[in-house]
Amino acid sequence: MNTRLDATMPFGNTHNKLKMNYTAEQEYPDLSQHNNHMAKVLTPEMYANLRDKETPSGFTVDDVIQTGVDNPGHPFIMTVGCVAGDEETYEVFKELLDPVIEDRHGGYKPSDKHKTDLNAENLQGGDDLDPNYVLSSRVRTGRSIRGFCLPPHCSRGERRAIENLSIEGLSSLDGDLKGKYYALKNMTEEEQQQLIDDHFLFDKPVSPLLLASGMARDWPDGRGIWHNDNKTFLVWVNEEDHLRVISMQKGGNMREVFNRFCTGLTKIEGLFKEKGHEFMWNEHLGYVLTCPSNLGTGLRAGVHVKLPNVSKNEKFGEILKKLRLQKRGTGGVDTAAVGGVFDISNADRLGFSEVELVQMVVDGVNLLIEMEKRLEGGQSIDDLMPEQK
Amino acid sequence: MPFGNTHNNFKLNFKVEEEYPDLTKHNNHMAKVLTKEMYAKLRDKQTPTGFTVDDVIQTGVDNPGHPFIMTVGCVAGDEESYEVFKDLFDPIISDRHGGYKPTDKHKTDLNFENLKGGDDLDPNYVLSSRVRTGRSIKGYALPPHNSRGERRAVEKLSVEALNSLDGEFKGKYYPLKAMTDAEQEQLIADHFLFDKPVSPLLLAAGMARDWPDARGIWHNENKTFLVWVNEEDHLRVISMQKGGNMKEVFKRFCVGLNKIEEVFKKHNHGFMWNEHLGYVLTCPSNLGTGLRGGVHVKLPKLSTHAKFEEILTRLRLQKRGTGGGRSVRGGHSLPQLPTMEGAADGRAAGQPAPLA
Repeated sequence: MNTRLDATMPFGNTHNKLKMNYTAEQEYPDLSQHNNHMAKVLTPEMYANLRDKETPSGFTVDDVIQTGVDNPGHPFIMTVGCVAGDEETYEVFKELLDPVIEDRHGGYKPSDKHKTDLNAENLQGGDDLDPNYVLSSRVRTGRSIRGFCLPPHCSRGERRAIENLSIEGLSSLDGDLKGKYYALKNMTEEEQQQLIDDHFLFDKPVSPLLLASGMARDWPDGRGIWHNDNKTFLVWVNEEDHLRVISMQKGGNMREVFNRFCTGLTKIEGLFKEKGHEFMWNEHLGYVLTCPSNLGTGLRAGVHVKLPNVSKNEKFGEILKKLRLQKRGTGGVDTAAVGGVFDISNADRLGFSEVELVQMVVDGVNLLIEMEKRLEGGQSIDDLMPEQK
Repeated sequence: MPFGNTHNNFKLNFKVEEEYPDLTKHNNHMAKVLTKEMYAKLRDKQTPTGFTVDDVIQTGVDNPGHPFIMTVGCVAGDEESYEVFKDLFDPIISDRHGGYKPTDKHKTDLNFENLKGGDDLDPNYVLSSRVRTGRSIKGYALPPHNSRGERRAVEKLSVEALNSLDGEFKGKYYPLKAMTDAEQEQLIADHFLFDKPVSPLLLAAGMARDWPDARGIWHNENKTFLVWVNEEDHLRVISMQKGGNMKEVFKRFCVGLNKIEEVFKKHNHGFMWNEHLGYVLTCPSNLGTGLRGGVHVKLPKLSTHAKFEEILTRLRLQKRGTGGGRSVRGGHSLPQLPTMEGAADGRAAGQPAPLA
């Protein structure tokens, strides 16, 4: 009755061994009410093909899709509905993830190559977005540490190891990047309040999209926030990804933000390599992250910008689409805009380099501000309509 | 609702110290009992369906404590969990169930004739009477761990069993995912509808996966016998009616349960039961009878008496607010409200069950 855990068994564990006693039809999820990328793609035949496979760490297709089964859809956004548990997920479950990636990332094909460019010098302009409109600028990305499972699947030991490596790496940053780590589980009241005031603190996720994937297990063990003394460079450890790296500051100097971003990231990568740990990356998918939507650059560069007039224009959605930008409320992905202030960021993650994406934001936001000014003056913006990028 | 993604093959590459959960802020039965040594011993074991100790304890790790109640902090994923992880479950069961020993035998008596009286609790005080229990179907993993195929099979068997009932038990099944708006409204008005759990205690155990697939409510036409399918347990069986005729409620309970069990046995899927633990359910707090027999009763004066708690303890009763249970708009079963609910279920009074 007691059997030792054995890496060759068909299922690691949780998603139980009895399920292969049932036919694929009996196990195939009911996706009839669903509207997410996974549900659009996962046919019964595909499920039948994939259901007896697992990655080396024991992640199964049922693990991949659980979040999408549990969350049929979202009122504002087309959710992805699947996650990776480790680097190999994207290979073992290619049949499912390739079409999801293609649908999500504008037709990106299994044979396509992704370009990484973290040379901030290649950005043109971007240091003077009009501060009368642009309240703040921010660039974020994620990184996964090769050799460890991702947040939906990692064990406590793995998560703690990532935390230890991160603390070690980050503590050796200096100059503008010198900072401190605050572990979630032993933060003082004062530290917590300060981090809240700085809008740095992340809390246990409440989104069912995230929770259903298993990434909040053992909270707050192994989680923490690191930031530099200047509060312009911030790293989240073990939230939705191993690392989330954020560069930000008030005002419209996106160039400076991106510069710090690239410098900081490159230094961090160097520090991890010194300890024998690389970031998960390959030439097809770029940086490998938990959610397929963040593959490639994992980059979201955005501004909080006042666009009360443009946003009411009937062509606002179309303009954003042409500029390859997306809007959000200033409370983040699940929020609505307040007071005409929008979070405008790149819509793409994969198939464009970091420099290209930030350039799109810089150019696009400049155009939107120009349009805003025209509309303020009661003038037309027809001649400013952009071509599809 | 994090759930057991604990089937990670890499975790044995890490030492016990590295994998042992941080329970320093925790106050639940699991945290009181799980030492590092115990974890070391159990961490490489699994049940035949693949449930591990990390699956067992995940809900207790994710939920350090509850302001009002001492939670259990662990669940079973199948019948064998209680055997494979005896080292952990036995002391929890002992602590939770008043010193019940690993060698003790549990007595099942569903012969309602053996109840004396109970047909005339004063209806001027007793507003309603109710008896509930849970049942698990042998051969299937439990809600924290079952696959969709298993859950659907349990639903199918349950519906078959319930549809074969007649007389006062004749009724209808309402699957959660195919309910009409009108049906839903009616079930809410009857206080029968259960919704996807919101309690992190339940969600962290993984029992809400694939909601609402294969979940449903069955009740008889008289609305006095109700079965929940695939909520926290395979089956939750409830007999209830207004007034103080607990004898009639209990009779219907016993008769209905026995009839259902017959049908399951015919399919070679009896209920999980053994002579040590009695009926085997998802939460260790519900082992044995899984029974909660209770009334909603007006006790405005007695409840303010200085010795009220002591009286309850001596009578082996517990009190709750009447907003208890997990029916929609019923709220969580916490003792917040002034009206009292006396209940007899073998637990020490003053310790309401964490998972209702």
